[in-house]
Amino acid sequence: MIEKKFESAVQAVSDMQDGATLLVGGFGGSGLPSHLVAALAEQGAKDLTVVSNNIGAVSDGVAALISNNQVSKIICSFPVGPHADDLVERLQKGTIELEIVPQGTLAERIRAGGAGIPAFYTPTGAHTELGEGKETREFNGRLHLLEQAIVGDYAFIKASKADRWGNLVYRKTMRNFNPVMATAAKITIAEVNEIVKIGEIDPEEIVTPSVFVQRLVQVEAHEEGKVLVHE
Amino acid sequence: MSNEQQAMGWTMPELASRVASDLEDGWFVNLGIGLPTLVADYIPEGKEIIFHSENGLLGLGPKPAPGEEDPDLVNAGKEPITLVPGGSYFSQADSFAMIRGGHLDAAILGAFQVSQFGDLASWKLPNATLGRVGGAMDLTVGSKRVFLFMQHTTKKGEAKIVEECSYPLTAKNCVDRIYTNLAVIAVTEDGLVVTELAPNVTFEYVQEHTAAPLKLRLATVRG
Repeated sequence: MIEKKFESAVQAVSDMQDGATLLVGGFGGSGLPSHLVAALAEQGAKDLTVVSNNIGAVSDGVAALISNNQVSKIICSFPVGPHADDLVERLQKGTIELEIVPQGTLAERIRAGGAGIPAFYTPTGAHTELGEGKETREFNGRLHLLEQAIVGDYAFIKASKADRWGNLVYRKTMRNFNPVMATAAKITIAEVNEIVKIGEIDPEEIVTPSVFVQRLVQVEAHEEGKVLVHE
Repeated sequence: MSNEQQAMGWTMPELASRVASDLEDGWFVNLGIGLPTLVADYIPEGKEIIFHSENGLLGLGPKPAPGEEDPDLVNAGKEPITLVPGGSYFSQADSFAMIRGGHLDAAILGAFQVSQFGDLASWKLPNATLGRVGGAMDLTVGSKRVFLFMQHTTKKGEAKIVEECSYPLTAKNCVDRIYTNLAVIAVTEDGLVVTELAPNVTFEYVQEHTAAPLKLRLATVRG
């Protein structure tokens, strides 16, 4: 019988290795799998490459992993926010690498990774410093950049409801990067508020089909995970 | 208002109303973070404009009443908002397929600098450690029209409309129209053309506060 549910976020992330690439869903605090992030801070895997849209928006997101010295590279579109100080300090010390990616290119690189497309051309970022050093090609008289797919070893995502197989339903704008990241990792761990029996979710409502989800963790709705920072 | 120039012409709510009057019934429009979000409050009655938010929503509604905020319902600035009837939610990949695929009629954005060719600089200050690109580069290459909503000069009174951008570019040749407290300016093959002046503002005054050549070709006075 298929059983994807883990008893706790700590158990669900326990096998994460140093050097892993991790995709973290959410847009600021909205749709952020904060219990999984908190569990990873406790588990302590280091030298991580983390892909997430926002970095400094909330204290219990990727900013906490940076403060905890677990991250060696960040790929994001929006590194600015009230909790970006530790990132700035580590950038100045040279202990972390930052790759800023336009938000749509970030979403599409992840989508491509999940869909088995290794690279694609986009006009976004052409003639800008974010396009420097990239392969270019003209289509219809317009300059395009070659952008490479992103795949993760793990993805942490958040949804409102799952069934036992890992079919997922989201709530409002919590969806954001979560469904696309779910497709692009070897092990996708979904933090959900409710796990129901097979057949209880209308198939027409399922946004992320079960094939994309390997592990489930159930948490209370609107109760954020708390990160214990080891300093 | 922190300088003499920024106190001239239209107030920001008046400018929002001015921009709103140029949006056409049935348009899908993305409003950038900050000042441009004002536009949503000034849509004339009877006109249906569907607002897009790049975090994955069509049909952005007004701010919720105090106590009615939903942490799962936010805009691109991460502020609580509402969804209008007919609105929808979707993923980030779908959201940017709408943007990059040319499905939005207009994006209304802020700017640090804009050049006489419609080049835009809006995501990073020179020599800053961090830039905040977000969706700006995708919106500027993908939207059918890019309108800027901004103060005519910086708080220090420096020109934001320039011959060549000295700040890092968001995109080249992307801006169609510039709405400032002083004037409405079209970016044309023929250069920058002032099509409307704010009340009590002269063309000479606008040119004095602009670091690129302007032409004057006033559109028919609006009814």
